[in-house]
Amino acid sequence: MVTVTTVDTLQEAAASSAGQAVFLGGGTLVMRSVNYGELSVPQIVRLRSVAALRSIRADGTRIVIGAAATMGDILRSSEVSFLHPVARQIGGPAIRNMATVGGNIFAPHPYGDFAVALLALDAKLRLSDGSETDLESLLAARDNEKRLVESVSIARPAGDDFRFRKVSRVKPKGVSVMSLAAWLPRSAGRISGARIAFGAMAPTPVRVRAAEAALEGATLDENGIAGALAAATQGLTPPDDGLASGWYRSQVAPVHLKRLLLGEGSRT
Amino acid sequence: MSSVEFRKDLFADERDDNLQEIGKPTRRQDILGHVTGRSPYYDDHLFDGLLHMRCVRSPHHHARIRSIDTSQAERMPGVVRVVLARDVPNNLNTLLSLINFGKDEEKLIQDTKVAYAGEPVAAIIAETEGQARAACAAVRVDYEVLPHVLDPEASLRPDAPVVNEVYPNNTFDYHDLYDHQKLRFGDVEKGFSEADHIVEGEYQMSPIEQAPIETCGAIAAPETNDRFVCYTSTQALFFSLGTTAKLLNMPSSRLHFVGGTVGGGFGGKVDSIVEPLSVLGAVLTGRPVKFMWDRAEEMQVGAPRGAERWRIKDGVARDGRILARAFTGFFDAGAYTRLSSYAIIKCTGHIPGPYSIPNVASNVYCVFTNRTPATAMRGFGITGVDFAIECHMDKVAETVGLNPIELRILNAYRDGDMKPHRRLAKNTALIECCQVASQKSGWAISADAARQSSLAGGGGTRAEIPESLTDSVGRIGERRRADIPTEPGAGAPSRGRVAAGTQGIPIVAAAPQDEDMITDPARMGFRHAPAAPPQPRATPSTPVPPAVAPTGTPVPSQQAAAPPQPASPQPSASQPAAPQPPQAPSDPAPAPYKPEQPFSRGVKRPGVSRFLSGSRRR
Amino acid sequence: MTKKPVQFRLNGSPAAVFVDEGQNLLDLLRRGVGDLSPKYGCGQGTCGSCTVIIDGEPRLSCLTLAETVEGQQVETTNGLADGPDLHALQEAFMENFAAQCGYCTPGMLMAAKALLDRTPRPSREEIVEAISGNICRCTGYEPIIDAILAASGQPTRRTG
Ligand SMILES: Cc1cc2nc3c(=O)[nH]c(=O)nc-3n(C[C@H](O)[C@H](O)[C@H](O)COP(=O)(O)OP(=O)(O)OC[C@H]3O[C@@H](n4cnc5c(N)ncnc54)[C@H](O)[C@@H]3O)c2cc1C
Ligand code: FES
Ligand code: FES
Repeated sequence: MVTVTTVDTLQEAAASSAGQAVFLGGGTLVMRSVNYGELSVPQIVRLRSVAALRSIRADGTRIVIGAAATMGDILRSSEVSFLHPVARQIGGPAIRNMATVGGNIFAPHPYGDFAVALLALDAKLRLSDGSETDLESLLAARDNEKRLVESVSIARPAGDDFRFRKVSRVKPKGVSVMSLAAWLPRSAGRISGARIAFGAMAPTPVRVRAAEAALEGATLDENGIAGALAAATQGLTPPDDGLASGWYRSQVAPVHLKRLLLGEGSRT
Repeated sequence: MSSVEFRKDLFADERDDNLQEIGKPTRRQDILGHVTGRSPYYDDHLFDGLLHMRCVRSPHHHARIRSIDTSQAERMPGVVRVVLARDVPNNLNTLLSLINFGKDEEKLIQDTKVAYAGEPVAAIIAETEGQARAACAAVRVDYEVLPHVLDPEASLRPDAPVVNEVYPNNTFDYHDLYDHQKLRFGDVEKGFSEADHIVEGEYQMSPIEQAPIETCGAIAAPETNDRFVCYTSTQALFFSLGTTAKLLNMPSSRLHFVGGTVGGGFGGKVDSIVEPLSVLGAVLTGRPVKFMWDRAEEMQVGAPRGAERWRIKDGVARDGRILARAFTGFFDAGAYTRLSSYAIIKCTGHIPGPYSIPNVASNVYCVFTNRTPATAMRGFGITGVDFAIECHMDKVAETVGLNPIELRILNAYRDGDMKPHRRLAKNTALIECCQVASQKSGWAISADAARQSSLAGGGGTRAEIPESLTDSVGRIGERRRADIPTEPGAGAPSRGRVAAGTQGIPIVAAAPQDEDMITDPARMGFRHAPAAPPQPRATPSTPVPPAVAPTGTPVPSQQAAAPPQPASPQPSASQPAAPQPPQAPSDPAPAPYKPEQPFSRGVKRPGVSRFLSGSRRR
Repeated sequence: MTKKPVQFRLNGSPAAVFVDEGQNLLDLLRRGVGDLSPKYGCGQGTCGSCTVIIDGEPRLSCLTLAETVEGQQVETTNGLADGPDLHALQEAFMENFAAQCGYCTPGMLMAAKALLDRTPRPSREEIVEAISGNICRCTGYEPIIDAILAASGQPTRRTG
């Protein structure tokens, strides 16, 4: 049977049961596993209060978001208004009041839409042991990660440099066929240091380096992005699931990437 | 609501225009309970000491059960009782046995062979739901995985694995004779040969889960008067009660069923699985027991509207008149019959849709596959074939280059037309529907089509039953020996011709089988044969010799689509076949009603339809 | 199995109960407290029939660990009426035929109330968004949207 331990700090939580216990964020995924008797280890650890981990604040050119901030918190913060379109596309209103940023980083396929945006925005994580790591390396090994996430620091994009797109079959709250995010810093109309991330196209949210490289120095027009579209799914083997086959995902990814980059054909 | 428009100009003289409620917003009678959260759904009954039941389910589509080891589960915390097949007093049933249709074939809990993924092999009763879940996970079942079949046509091949041992040919037995339900009206081959175009099409529909928001479930508890109360989500209270009485071998008078407040059903709550299990739990533990499906179970084992595949072949004249239409239909029943056999009877009565076609034939198969059993859902039996028919009508319109609305009006049935199931059409309204649709959509139709009426042009020669070509292909078991064609008439040695006749003359119009099914002549404009009792059923497996009917001689209408005919009593281990009283309405000495036979309540009383507990059409 | 005490306010009144380990709020409300108005439809956050309002926000009680509501304000459909006086939403749901089987209704009402508490005259789009996490399998959503419009004193399809 499930046991629940309540602790005061993230460090204690990380240490609980030698890192075996499942940390409870907003619980939208953990509680489903509890209800369906599917928790791999029937031990939950939770914080007495998460208030300290919910803040969203500016930090120089970057913004720091507490791991326990919910999608609802994101939507109420003007600091991260560029993330509102992302948060608004996660679940329904009740889910958004529960779902946390930290939990989204660990949410299995096809979830993790918010993490896709974070990945494009060069997210750096502060972990419970005090260390920092970038989101990309954490995602690569997240199944074995014993440390907990305390906060996420992201770049503050200028103007319309940040774009996000979620493709789902049911509107307004369907699960992702794929989600896409791009951060496209430009100088004199030319892109430099683009970051492109896909969700639901691999076991975790991933960057597509080949597409990013193809955008270097390019302009945001049909010609400029042609190379990026050609490289859209390079190195990816998208999964099959009840929503779409991997084949379908590969076929439509360039179409959605084009719409994302050129802002065309958006249907929300 | 303002979005509803009443066309009282249509058929105005057929009704008094004094409706008090229709067309006016009205409050539901039960709405106060709904908006205050007080409507009593089954799970809203609280019991002290409530136990929770969950099932151990097969992970395989098809497997033989070598052994079930519950020793570890029995020792798990909170476990009160492990329930196995041997605990079910009368562990074999078919849902429609309450109306004597089909053979007992499905166990409440399996012990020999599972035939679909999710089939229960054991149940655990524990103090909490979580404990019941954990104990279910601790039950060890040794399976020998068998080859499975998931497509109905693959299931018909001679080498297909046997899904359901009671029906070793993977098809439901119709009338103890054929592996499909036949309908023959006229001669489709003749119609095809006279046609200018042959239009063929194949249509398919996937299973659809009813997905009520309240999942199926029931709570049963011992009462103080030696009865068991059962609060249930059932859509068919007395059906569930009768099924429970039968499976538990318990007089129905000991069961007190409470239902009626259902959190959405749409057909998915008639199958009476949760009720017998929860009552069995209460019997075995002496405590209140809840058996409630979670959402995952509702989606996996909750019987859906079954998949259907249809092939339609039309012979069409240049001007768009459909001269012949042949159907081949496959209903994927899943592993057990549930209601699929009956869906096909409904479907056959509906064929060929709302059209008058002089030559119609259909072969419809109720096929067993290793999928979740299928059951009722809003219009089942009709929805799939109507989808196919209407797609096909568009295809025909395209072929002959006709406006699709006009094509429908041209071929529409009209009052007084004979339908292939040998009943006259009445209150038809397809033409008027098409005319209104054309106005609303701005899709113009010809002046001639706009002038047509359902009230005119029907009847006369269109009321006649044509001479009908019959065949005897597809006898039960034939397909196990050889691949034989599934479509009507294909390569079939003719079984003879049934002579033409008009309705009212007792040649082929289906004879009513029971008194209360006799239609009221005044109301239907229909005279029926004076007591032509149906021939006694042949014993199962003995094929009826091909009837070569001399013109004008009554023949038993095996081939006519008829309401479900009872299968002969099937001897089964637990329920010895009781001698059945003769069913003919003219039977002079009905056997006395035996109330002590609990589950035949309202069903086997002589003089009362075996299909219905009340009377109808009176 | 250990039980833990938890205290919170349910529809304005104090509630003190023992929870089982791992018990969700839906189960606690229904079986522990006897408030049967929130309904189980999935236990996985997808149907919305268990929606309650916690500290002013709509939440899913099936995904809320019961012991986490310590000290919080929980509202359910059971507390929507003020004595014999129904809430405007309840009246409007009755009047606009916004329920058939009624199983989704308590969740719908909570989602709608959370909206109206913050946005007394929501637009149609805001209403659609507010109930987007609630599934109704019977009624179709239009009568429900109408009812919420009516409850906020706005014209519906019917009243035009
Ligand atoms: C109906 C429904 C719809 C949904 N729709 C979407 C959607 O559209 N898009 C989407 O992306 N997701 C969706 N989700 C999934 C989920 O709600 C979100 O991904 C959410 O952000 C998960 O966060 P949580 O706080 O609820 O996670 P929890 O369930 O609390 O935790 C999930 C996992 O993350 C771990 N975790 C949580 N916080 C931390 C932390 N700080 N450090 C380390 N590990 C942590 C937990 O231990 C657990 O393994 C949906 C879920 C449901 C039920
Ligand atoms: S029961 Fe909670 S969302 Fe369905
Ligand atoms: S009224 Fe039945 S689910 Fe909404």
